[in-house]
Amino acid sequence: MVENRPLLTIFSHIMLLFGVAVIALPIWIMFVAASHPEIRMTQVPLPMLPGGYFFENLDIALNRGMSGMDGNGVAYMMLNSLIMAMMIAVGKIAISLLSAFAIVYFRFPFRMFFFWMIFVTLMLPVEVRILPTYEVVANLGMLDSYWGLSIPLIASATATFMFRQVFLTIPDEMLEAARIDGAGPMRFFWDILIPMSRTNIAALFVILFIYGWNQYLWPLLITSEPGMYTVVMGIKQMLEAAEQVPQWNVIMMTALLAMLPPIFVVIFMQSLFVKGLTETEK
Amino acid sequence: MARVVLEGIRKTYPNGFKAIHGVDVAIEEGEFLVLVGPSGCGKSTLLRMIAGLESITEGRLSIGDRDVNNLEPSERNIAMVFQNYALYPHMSVYKNMAYGLKIMGLPKAEIEERVKKAATILELTDEQLIRKPRQLSGGQRQRVAMGRAIVREPSVFLFDEPLSNLDAKLRVQMRLEIKTLQANLGITSIYVTHDQVEAMTLGHRLMVLNAGNVEQLGTPIELYQRPESLFVAGFIGSPAMNFAEARIDAAGKTITISGQEALPLGDGGMAEHGGKDVILGVRPEHLELVAGAPDAVPMTVTMVEQLGADTLVHGHFGESKSDLTVRLEGIRHIKGGEVLPIRVSPDHLHVFDPKTERRLS
Amino acid sequence: MLKNVHFGPSVLPFLLVFPQIVVTLVFFIWPASQALYQSLLLEDAFGLKTEFVWFKNFEELIHDPLYWSSFEITVVFSFLVAFLSMSFALVLAIFADRVIKGSGAYRTLLIWPYAVAPVTAGALWVFMFNPTLGIISYALSALGYEWNHQLNGGEAMALVVMASAWKQVAYNFLFFLAGLQSIPKSLIEAAAIDGAGPLRRTFDIILPLLSPTTFFLLVINIVYAFFETFGVIHVVTAGGPAGATNILVYKVFNDGFVGLDLGGSAAQSVILMIIVIGLTVIQFKYVEKRVAY
Repeated sequence: MVENRPLLTIFSHIMLLFGVAVIALPIWIMFVAASHPEIRMTQVPLPMLPGGYFFENLDIALNRGMSGMDGNGVAYMMLNSLIMAMMIAVGKIAISLLSAFAIVYFRFPFRMFFFWMIFVTLMLPVEVRILPTYEVVANLGMLDSYWGLSIPLIASATATFMFRQVFLTIPDEMLEAARIDGAGPMRFFWDILIPMSRTNIAALFVILFIYGWNQYLWPLLITSEPGMYTVVMGIKQMLEAAEQVPQWNVIMMTALLAMLPPIFVVIFMQSLFVKGLTETEK
Repeated sequence: MARVVLEGIRKTYPNGFKAIHGVDVAIEEGEFLVLVGPSGCGKSTLLRMIAGLESITEGRLSIGDRDVNNLEPSERNIAMVFQNYALYPHMSVYKNMAYGLKIMGLPKAEIEERVKKAATILELTDEQLIRKPRQLSGGQRQRVAMGRAIVREPSVFLFDEPLSNLDAKLRVQMRLEIKTLQANLGITSIYVTHDQVEAMTLGHRLMVLNAGNVEQLGTPIELYQRPESLFVAGFIGSPAMNFAEARIDAAGKTITISGQEALPLGDGGMAEHGGKDVILGVRPEHLELVAGAPDAVPMTVTMVEQLGADTLVHGHFGESKSDLTVRLEGIRHIKGGEVLPIRVSPDHLHVFDPKTERRLS
Repeated sequence: MLKNVHFGPSVLPFLLVFPQIVVTLVFFIWPASQALYQSLLLEDAFGLKTEFVWFKNFEELIHDPLYWSSFEITVVFSFLVAFLSMSFALVLAIFADRVIKGSGAYRTLLIWPYAVAPVTAGALWVFMFNPTLGIISYALSALGYEWNHQLNGGEAMALVVMASAWKQVAYNFLFFLAGLQSIPKSLIEAAAIDGAGPLRRTFDIILPLLSPTTFFLLVINIVYAFFETFGVIHVVTAGGPAGATNILVYKVFNDGFVGLDLGGSAAQSVILMIIVIGLTVIQFKYVEKRVAY
C-alpha cells in the first residue's frame, strides 16, 4: 500500500476475517448439522461443533433418503443434476460456437436478422415466459425427459456474444494463413478457432455448469416423475416433509451434497470461473 | 519457380471505392519485385489479390502458365509471409510449418523431411521446433513464418511488410537474410513495403504505387537516376529530393529558379520546352560546396544536422522561400546564418511538368 | 461486427446458425409471443372457454391492490438485496485491496456462496432461523426477541433478503475487487502526496472512480433480485405470510400454475418482460459509455 500503517493493515485483516465468518457461518452450521444423529437435531440449542455421525448421514442421504419418503436417497438425483448441467453447458457452448462462427466469419443473407433474433433472447429470462414454454415442451412430449430439462435452457445470447467477441479479437491473418494452407471453413473452425478459444470455452463451461446445476423453477415445472427429480428439487421436497418429521441432519447433508459439485468447480477452477463471470457479463 | 503476369488488374470494392486502377507487369522467373508506396496506396491490396485473399474485379492474373483468377489461395502454389507472422499460437513451431503440408495430404515422412530441411536453412534448432510461437523472439518468429512459406516449395513467395514489427537493428539483419535466401532458392518473390530503403536494397525491380496507380516500374538505379514522376522523385532517396519552382528560358538552354541566376541545362538543353514554367528537382547529395566557382549560388544556412558520416545542411537560396537540403560528406563545421557557395551539377537536374507532374525530357 | 476477411458464399453459414435459431424460435420467440397473445385472453379455470378481451387483463391488474402490493414488495425486496449485498461486498473489497498478503486467500473464502443454488441458500437460512430449532432464533430468544418469520411479515422479508443477499455478495465482491485493482496506483499515490489519508482517499478518489462498476452491479443485482430469487422465496416463505414476500416472479408462477389464471399470469409476464427489456437497455447504454470511457 501507499504508506506503512501496520495498525490499519491489522484492522483490515480483522474486518476481512469477520466478513469471511459471516459468509461461512451458514455453511458451517450446515456442515455441523450434517454430522449429528437425528435425535440431536431435535434438542435445543442445536450443536455448534461437528459430531461423529457424518458418514452415517451421508449413507442415509445418498441411499435411503428421509424416513417417510420413497426410500431411494438422492444419489440418482445427483446423477440427474449432473446430466442436466452437462447437457446445458455442452449444448449451449456447441450451438453458440457454431452460430458465432457463422455470424463473424461469413457474409450471408439474413445475417443481421439472425443476429437480432439471438439478441432478443438476452432479454427473455426463462422466468418471464415460463407458462407458454411449459406448454411448448408439453406439446413436444418432452416432459419428464433430459431433453425437456435442458434444451429450453440452451439457447443463449450471452454465450453467442462472448464467442463473437473472442472471434473478433483473433487477427484476420489467422484466417488468411489458414486459407493459404488450404484449410476450408470447418477445418479452420476445428484446427484454429476452437483451440485458440480454449480458455474462453473452459471459463464459460464453469459458469454454465453452475447455472445448469442450480436450475430450480424449470425442473420443478416439467418433471412430475420422481425418477427425473434433480437434487436441488430434492431439498425442497425434504423441507416440505420436514414440517412433519424434522430430519435436519439428512436435509443438511443433502444441501451439502447439492452444493459440493459447483463449489468444487468454483474453488479449483477459480481463475477460469472469474474469467467466465467477467466476460459473460458484458 | 514461375512467371507471374498481371494484365489490366483492377480492384473496385462493393462500396465503389477503386483501390487499384490497372496494373500490367510480367514478373520473371526468380525475380524479386518490390511493391512500394505510402500507406493506403494499394500495394497490400495488390499483393492480396495475387495471393487470392482479395477478389480481382477486372484483368487477368497468371502464375506459371495457369490463369489463377478464380483459384483458392491454396491452389495457386504460393506462400505468404505476413506482417504479424500469423503463426498459429496453439501449435508448436513444427506443427505451424507442417500444417499446410498435412492438409495437402503429404505422407508424414515427407512432411518431416521438408520441415527439417527448412529448419536447417533457417538455422532453427530442434529444440526451437517443439516450442510455441510465443516462446520465441521476434526474429525467430520471423524465421518460422518464412519456414512455413519455404516448406510449401511454392512457385511464388509473397511478403507483406514482413519486417515492420522488428526493431531497427534486427530489421537490417533479416533484410539481408531474406535477400540471401531468395537468391539461393531462386523463387519468384513479390514483396510489399512502405520503406524505400528496404525496397531499394531488396528488389531487382521496384513498382512504385500511389493511390492505386503505378507511378513507375524499374530497377532501383533507374528509379533513383530517372524518376518518371514528381511522386517517385520525392519518394525514393533519403533525405528527399529538393524541389523548386523554376522557368526554362526561351531557347531551352538554361533554367532559372525565381530571382536567382540561370543554371545551364545539361545534355544539350530542352529546346522543346523553351519558355515553360517547371518544377526543378535536385537531390541533396548532388549539391556541392565549391568555394570560388563562377556558377555557384549563395545559400543561407538555417540549420545543420550532424550524422557523423554526413552533414545535412538546411537553408534556402538567397531570398527564395523554397527550403533546401544539402548533403555533404564527413563532418563540416557550419553554423546557422552562414552563406555558402553551392554548385548544382547540370547532369543531375530533374525537370517536371507542374501540371501532369511527369518528367520532362 | 464482421471480419474484413471472410469465407465465400455457401449454404454452410445457414447450417451453422440453424441449431440456435431453431431453439430460439421454438423455446423463446414462440412462447414469448404466446405470452403476449394469452395476456389478451380470458380463460376459465378448466380451460373450456377462451375469450379475446383486449387489455382487460392489464386493466384488472392495474386495479388489483394485490398486484400493486406485490409490485411494492418487489421494489423494496430488490432495493434491500442490492443495498445489503453491495455494501457488504464493497467494504470487504476495499479491505481486501488494502492487504497485500492473503488477498487471494480471502477471495477464495468469499466467493463460494456464488456456487450455491438459491434453493440451497434458502434451506440454510430457513434452518438457522427455524422458530423452534434454529440456532440464530435460539440466540435471539436468549436476548429476549422471539423470531417467527412464519407469522411476522417483516421478519419473513428480512430472512429472504438476507438469504438472497448472502448468495450475491461473492459476485459483487469479485467485481468491486477487480474495479479497485484497475484504479492506477499512481492516482492513489498522488492523493497520498497531496496529504489525503486512507479514509479520505477512499471517499474522494476510490469511490468516485468505482462508480461505473457500482452502477453496473446495481443493474445486475436488481435483475438478480427480480428473477433469480424465485428458489429462495419458494423454499423460505412461499410468498407468505399473507403475501408479505410475494414478489412478481413468484406471483406469476403462483397465479398461473397454482391459481390457473392463465390470462392474468400472462399479462404479468408481459409486464415483467417490459421491465427486463428496460433494464437490459439501461445496461447496454452503460456498456457503450464504458467503452467510450
